[in-house]
Amino acid sequence: MKKSLLFLLWIAVALVGMLAVGVVAVRRGEPINAMWLVVGAACCYALGYRFYSKFIAAKMLALDALRATPAERLENGRDYVVTSKWVVFGHHFAAIAGPGPLVGPVLAAQFGYLPGTLWVLAGAVFAGCVQDFVILLFSVRRDGKSLTEMAKTEIGRVGGFVAYAAVMSILVILLAVAALIVVNALKASPWGTFTIAMTIPIALLMGVYLRRIRPGRVLEVSLVGFILVMLAIWGGQWVSEHPPVAGIFTLTAPALALLIIVYGFAASAMPVWLLLAPRDYLSTFVKLGTIALLGVGIVVLHPTLHMPALTRFVDGTGPVFAGKIFPFAFITIACGAISGFHSLISSGTTPKLIARETETRIVGYGAMMAESAVAVMAIIAACVMQPGVYFAINSPAGIVGQAPAAAAATISGWGFPVTAADMQALAHAVGEQTLYNRTGGAPAFAVGMASIFSNSLGGQALMALWYHFAIMFEALFILTVLDAGTRVARFMLQDALAHVYKPLGRTSWYPSILATSALVVAAWGYFLWQGVKDPLGGINSLWPLFGISNQLLATVALCVATTIIVKMHRTKYVLVTLTPLAWLVAITFTASWHKVFDPSPRIGFLAQARQLAAGPTTSETARLIFNNRLDAVVTGILVVMVALVLLESTRQWLEILRGKKESRLSESPFVMTRIAEEGQG
Amino acid sequence: MNRLRKILWTLLAALREIFDEAAYQRFLQRASLASSPQAYAEFLREQERISTRPRCC
Repeated sequence: MKKSLLFLLWIAVALVGMLAVGVVAVRRGEPINAMWLVVGAACCYALGYRFYSKFIAAKMLALDALRATPAERLENGRDYVVTSKWVVFGHHFAAIAGPGPLVGPVLAAQFGYLPGTLWVLAGAVFAGCVQDFVILLFSVRRDGKSLTEMAKTEIGRVGGFVAYAAVMSILVILLAVAALIVVNALKASPWGTFTIAMTIPIALLMGVYLRRIRPGRVLEVSLVGFILVMLAIWGGQWVSEHPPVAGIFTLTAPALALLIIVYGFAASAMPVWLLLAPRDYLSTFVKLGTIALLGVGIVVLHPTLHMPALTRFVDGTGPVFAGKIFPFAFITIACGAISGFHSLISSGTTPKLIARETETRIVGYGAMMAESAVAVMAIIAACVMQPGVYFAINSPAGIVGQAPAAAAATISGWGFPVTAADMQALAHAVGEQTLYNRTGGAPAFAVGMASIFSNSLGGQALMALWYHFAIMFEALFILTVLDAGTRVARFMLQDALAHVYKPLGRTSWYPSILATSALVVAAWGYFLWQGVKDPLGGINSLWPLFGISNQLLATVALCVATTIIVKMHRTKYVLVTLTPLAWLVAITFTASWHKVFDPSPRIGFLAQARQLAAGPTTSETARLIFNNRLDAVVTGILVVMVALVLLESTRQWLEILRGKKESRLSESPFVMTRIAEEGQG
Repeated sequence: MNRLRKILWTLLAALREIFDEAAYQRFLQRASLASSPQAYAEFLREQERISTRPRCC
C-alpha cells in the first residue's frame, strides 16, 4: 500500500513537473508567473535526486555503507573529522555558492528566460550534480586527494600538469571578472562605495574581537558584523545625500580598479585572521541569509516575468555579450548548471568530513541542486524587470551610446520600450545618479532583488535600501572570492616555485609571500585593467573567457571521472559521465573557436584586433590590439591543454577496453567501518 | 516537537561547522587547552596550514 502510494506520488510529481516546464517552454507572447519556474525546477530536482542520483549511486558507483571513509580511518580532529551529513551539506554549499550562479543567469537573460532555465535544470541534473557527486566519491575513496593529484595518478603527468594550469588560469580570469563586476557596480555610486569600503574596517574589527576579546565566538561576531554592515548601508544613504562627502566616494572605474588591486595584494599578504577570515565569515553569514530571504520573497510574492521566453538576441547580436545561444548561453551560465571549480571543492575539504560513502549522494548531488536553485532565483530576479530596463542597465555605452535619450531610443528601437524618464525615476528610487551602462550583471540583479524585496517588505520607500543591501551582498562575497582566490593562487604558485628554489615554497617567508602575492595580483589586475578600459564594457570578452576556462576545468574533471569508471570496469554506465563530457567538449571548443576566429569583431578577438588595426593608430588602439591578441592566445593555450588531457584519457580508455593495459585503480584499501550500523537508522 | 528540536540542532551544528566554531572546540579538546587569545592564535595558524579555503565563483 505504502509502495503504491509512493508510486502515485512520484507519478504526480512527474506530471506537475511536465506541466510546469511545458508552460515555461511553450508559452509565448504573454508574461508568465515565476511560480511556473519554481515548481518546474522543484519537480526536476526531486525526480533527478530520487531516480537519477540513486541509479548512479547504486549501479555505477556501487556506494558501500560498510567501507570506512578517510574521515573515520584518518580522523585527527583537524582536517579529517567524521561529521553529520547535513552539517557537511551546509559546509559544502557555503563553499560552492558564489557570485557565479547569480551573475551568469542574469547575463544570459538577454536571450529570454527560456534558454537559461532549461540549461540550468538539465545541466544541473545531468552534468553539474553528477560531476560534483562522482568527484566527491572518488576523492573519498582516495583519502581526500585533490583533483590535480587524481588527474596525475589516473591519467598521467599530462593530466596533472593541465589540471594545475587550468586551475591557475581559471583563478586568474575569475578574479579579474569578479573584480570587474564590483567595479561596474560601484562606479559613480557613493552609497555603494561607502558601504563596501566600510566592510574593510568592520572585518578588521571582527578580526581583533575574535583574536583578543572573545576568541572563537565566530557566530556572535558575525552577527555584530552584520549589524555594523546594516548601519553602513544606512550611513551610505547619508553620504550620498551630502555632496562634499559623496564626492570622496564617487569614483571612476579606473580608480576603483586600482583600489581593488591594492586591496587584493594587502588581503593576500596580511595575516589571515586579521582580514580574510572575518570577511569570509561575514560574507557567508550575509550570503546564506540573503539567499534564504530571496527564496522566501519569490515564493511569497510569486512575481510576473516581463522578459519574453526568447528575445531577438538569440541570433547572436545581443548587447550584453555577443554570440548565439549555442554555445554562448552554455558558457555564460557555468555555476548553476555545471562548474569545474566545484570539482576543486569536492576534492578539497568536503571528502575529509564525509562519515559514510552513501552520504556523498546528498552532499555532492544535493548541494549542487541547491546551487542550481539559486541560479533559478537569479533568472527570476533578472526577468521580473521590464526588458527595456534590463537592457538599459546591462548594455555598454559602446553599443547604446552615452546619452540617456540616445540609449533609451536605441533600446526601444530593439522592441523593448524604455524612456529616459523611466530610467531616471528608477535610478532615483534606488538612490543612484544613473543606472545606464552598469554592465556585469550585479546591478541588474540588485534592481530585480530590490523590487522583489520591496514588494514583500517595506514598499517602494525601502527600494533604495534594498538595492544597496543587494549590492553590498554581491560585492561582499565577490570580494571574499577575490581575497580567498588570490591567497589560494599564491599558495599554488609557491608550491610550484618551491621546485625552483625551496624557500619560495615557505608560506610564512615574507619575501616569498610578497613576491608571489604581487605576481598573482599583477596577473588578474592586468585582465581587470583591460576590462575597465574596454569600450565594450569588458564583460563581453572576459565573462566568456571565464566561462570557457571554468567549463574546461569541468572537462578535465569529467575526464578523470570517466577514466576511473573505465578502470572500475563499469563501462556500461560510462555514458553517465561521457555524455556531459561530450557536451562540454562541444560547447567549450566551439565557443573557443568563435572567440578566437569568428569574423565578427564583437565576438572574435582576432577580428576585433584586425578592425582596430585598420582604424587610426593611437597608443590606446595599440594596447587594445595587444589585449585582444593576448585573449586569443590564452583561449588557444587552454583549449590545446585540455585537448591533450582528452586525447591522453581516450588513449587510456581504449587501451584498457582492448585489454592492452592493466586497469590499476589507486583507491585506498577496503576497511570495514565501525560507524555504519549506528548511521543506518 | 522532537523533530523540530533535531532540525534546529542540525542547523546550529552546520552553522558552527561553517563558521569554524566546531573546529576550534575540537582543537581545544585535542590540545587540552582552555579558550584564550593564545590558543585561538595557535588554532588560526593550524587552520592556515591545513586549509586554503577556496571559495567557488
